[in-house]
Amino acid sequence: MRLLNWYDFDPFRELYEWLAKHTEDWVVYLVSAIVGCVGILTFVGLGALINVWLERRIIGRMQVRRGPNRVGPWGLLQPVADAIKLIQKEVLQPDLADSKLFSLPPILVFIPAMLSFAVFAWAPDMVLANLDVGVLYLLALSSITALAVFIAGWASNNKYALLGAMRVIAMMVSYEAPMVMALLGPVLFVGTMSVAGLVAWQSHYGPLAIYVPISLVVYIVSATAELNRTPADIAEAESEIVAGYHTEYSGMKWGLFYAVELVNSLAVSAIVASLFFGGWWLGGLEEFVPPWIIFIVKTYIFYFGLIWLRGTLPRFRIDQLMALAWKMLLPLGLINAGILATEVLIWREADLGDWVLAVFAVVNIALAAGLLILFFRVITARLYRLPRRPVLVPTIQVPSLPAPKTTASLNPPAAAP
Amino acid sequence: MRTPPYVVNIGPQHPSTHGVFRVKATLDGERVIAAEMVLGYLHRSMEKLAEERTFTQNIPFTDRMDYLAAMTGNLGYCLAVEKLAGIEVPERAQYLRVIFAELQRIASHCMANGTFVNDCGAWQTPLMYMFRERERILDLFEMTCGARLTTNYMRIGGVSFDVPDEWYPAIESLINDLPERIAEYEDLLLDNEILLARGRDVGVLKPDVAINASASGPLLRGCGIAWDIRKADPYCVYDRMQFDIPVGHNGDCFDRFVVRMEEMKQSLRIIRQAYEELPGGPVNVPIPLALRPEPGEAYARIESPKGELGFYVVSDGGPTPYRWHVRSPSFINLTVLNDMVVGHSLADAIVTLGSIDINVGEIDR
Repeated sequence: MRLLNWYDFDPFRELYEWLAKHTEDWVVYLVSAIVGCVGILTFVGLGALINVWLERRIIGRMQVRRGPNRVGPWGLLQPVADAIKLIQKEVLQPDLADSKLFSLPPILVFIPAMLSFAVFAWAPDMVLANLDVGVLYLLALSSITALAVFIAGWASNNKYALLGAMRVIAMMVSYEAPMVMALLGPVLFVGTMSVAGLVAWQSHYGPLAIYVPISLVVYIVSATAELNRTPADIAEAESEIVAGYHTEYSGMKWGLFYAVELVNSLAVSAIVASLFFGGWWLGGLEEFVPPWIIFIVKTYIFYFGLIWLRGTLPRFRIDQLMALAWKMLLPLGLINAGILATEVLIWREADLGDWVLAVFAVVNIALAAGLLILFFRVITARLYRLPRRPVLVPTIQVPSLPAPKTTASLNPPAAAP
Repeated sequence: MRTPPYVVNIGPQHPSTHGVFRVKATLDGERVIAAEMVLGYLHRSMEKLAEERTFTQNIPFTDRMDYLAAMTGNLGYCLAVEKLAGIEVPERAQYLRVIFAELQRIASHCMANGTFVNDCGAWQTPLMYMFRERERILDLFEMTCGARLTTNYMRIGGVSFDVPDEWYPAIESLINDLPERIAEYEDLLLDNEILLARGRDVGVLKPDVAINASASGPLLRGCGIAWDIRKADPYCVYDRMQFDIPVGHNGDCFDRFVVRMEEMKQSLRIIRQAYEELPGGPVNVPIPLALRPEPGEAYARIESPKGELGFYVVSDGGPTPYRWHVRSPSFINLTVLNDMVVGHSLADAIVTLGSIDINVGEIDR
């Protein structure tokens, strides 16, 4: 497998061929790498701006209001105006903050967010770094963010920020496990960790979502939790701990945190699109439409899903979110990995034809539906214990007051710490 | 592992204290082990200022106490002064008072439920939908008295203006639309597992504690006690209206939320009845500008959206009240917060505070 096999971006292919004819090999390597990096950085940078607009506009529509519509046509220049405002703002830093550590996190969180875009397959021959351990690389990058966020919370010397940082650590560590279990699904089923390899497999056999539905559900839930977005935005829960780990950040430092959140969401959408929904593949349409457009469109469809979630759901409490990870997602992921491993073994060892894949798909979807409903019922049973509508009473009814020596006290003394 | 407890200031500047209100919370990790409430950031000394102003001039103060429920504030005060001075209010004004008080209750409950779900973390969406309904009610206020928030509509001896012609179709369409909308919210919110998980068994208030603390309003009804001033001590024409008192099962945050949801429906029922029976005639009786009631005292109480709102007015025969005291439901309901949050996590404390539906303007006065 060639490390450098993304010459298919048409305007550049001729350049590379000309270079290959007239110069050394390393020049082609260098030039294509630079072009690739610039291309991806442009996409991610522009993506962050567009996502700001999309997010505000779509959530505006979901909230029966218009969203930004004053700056430029349909408010398209709003993110630019926001960015200019943020750059102009004074960056405040608390006196007691650790000044070196305080400046580091906005940069530290940005690097993994950008790096994760290196391994995606934009087209059959358009991968900047076709790593053989692509999935592992993506998982590793998503955990680095936790470290940066914890530094931010610690260095701010603010209690809200520290609470946010503690929540992030607890949550990220918990959600790594189901996330790895979820991504184990496609990797086991296909037998490669390379993102390009996974997409290529799907272009033959159809999207992995129908073969590994439990992985998809577990991944989406744990990725939403890791992204710090509603319903799992407990690390920056506005109504509880003001802004969590970035309470003390202002100006462009805050802007970087905000941009990273959007870029990470885009990266997760891209992972879902590549690993579960076939990346650049769309049932033969990729012959007529540039595959990278298909990939971007798919990515944005899932990004819309994330915006939708944000506009709809309330937030979990941290212990509920932990319970979800350890009691629901991890067992689901383990069961899923077991089932998939068995299926792969049957497929490989019994030397059955491709028809058996269809059987697996049906079995797995049925199992997914059954297991999800079962787990959901078990977990939510306690919540449905009482009726959800009040009792209607036509006249006043007041119970007789208890005897004066009631044990129920108002404002009991605080428990000794 | 033992960790030293530490103090976190929730407020006075915090996204979900609903005003300038501060809780000094001592936390052990995320668990609240003590919560001390610090009040007074919005104190405007209204009770003292009122002693310098005539009875009529005091009506605007009641707007600015519970600024989300100005109509009921007005009503409670006017009832107290009418009781003190022995003023009879015309029939039409009584009905208009009921209609506007109930409209105000819907508007206030919209706000309360919207911010409650917002505190649970639903990023503004339910709040915006609730605001849509509240806007229509405020439009009705604007048509009638020109103001939306601080209405100053009720007067001693009636109401300040009769409703204009365009008010009738507007309220009819509101009465017709709202049940559908409320049913839609119930479909969306009552079956939401995350909201249930955040509200059920969180901030449970025991009925005997609630009664001992003299809690009132949805907070008390959420505990399962059917108590409503509109039934217990009817004022205006509430004794002619058919409505039910919704009560909760468990006394937790979710119960208070659904009780408010149901009260909105019951308020619509009252509005429909009052609108259909709305008689003609004058809307107020002339009273002297410098009203001088006989020396004496009067206490009138109403069921405001937040609970029992009482006004105690003492007259020494002069043009200004000798003493003016407000029993504000937010203030008294807040006293049980400590019982509800100690031992729970910080996130639960915020949700519990949101579910009480306090209004700092009314707490501090």
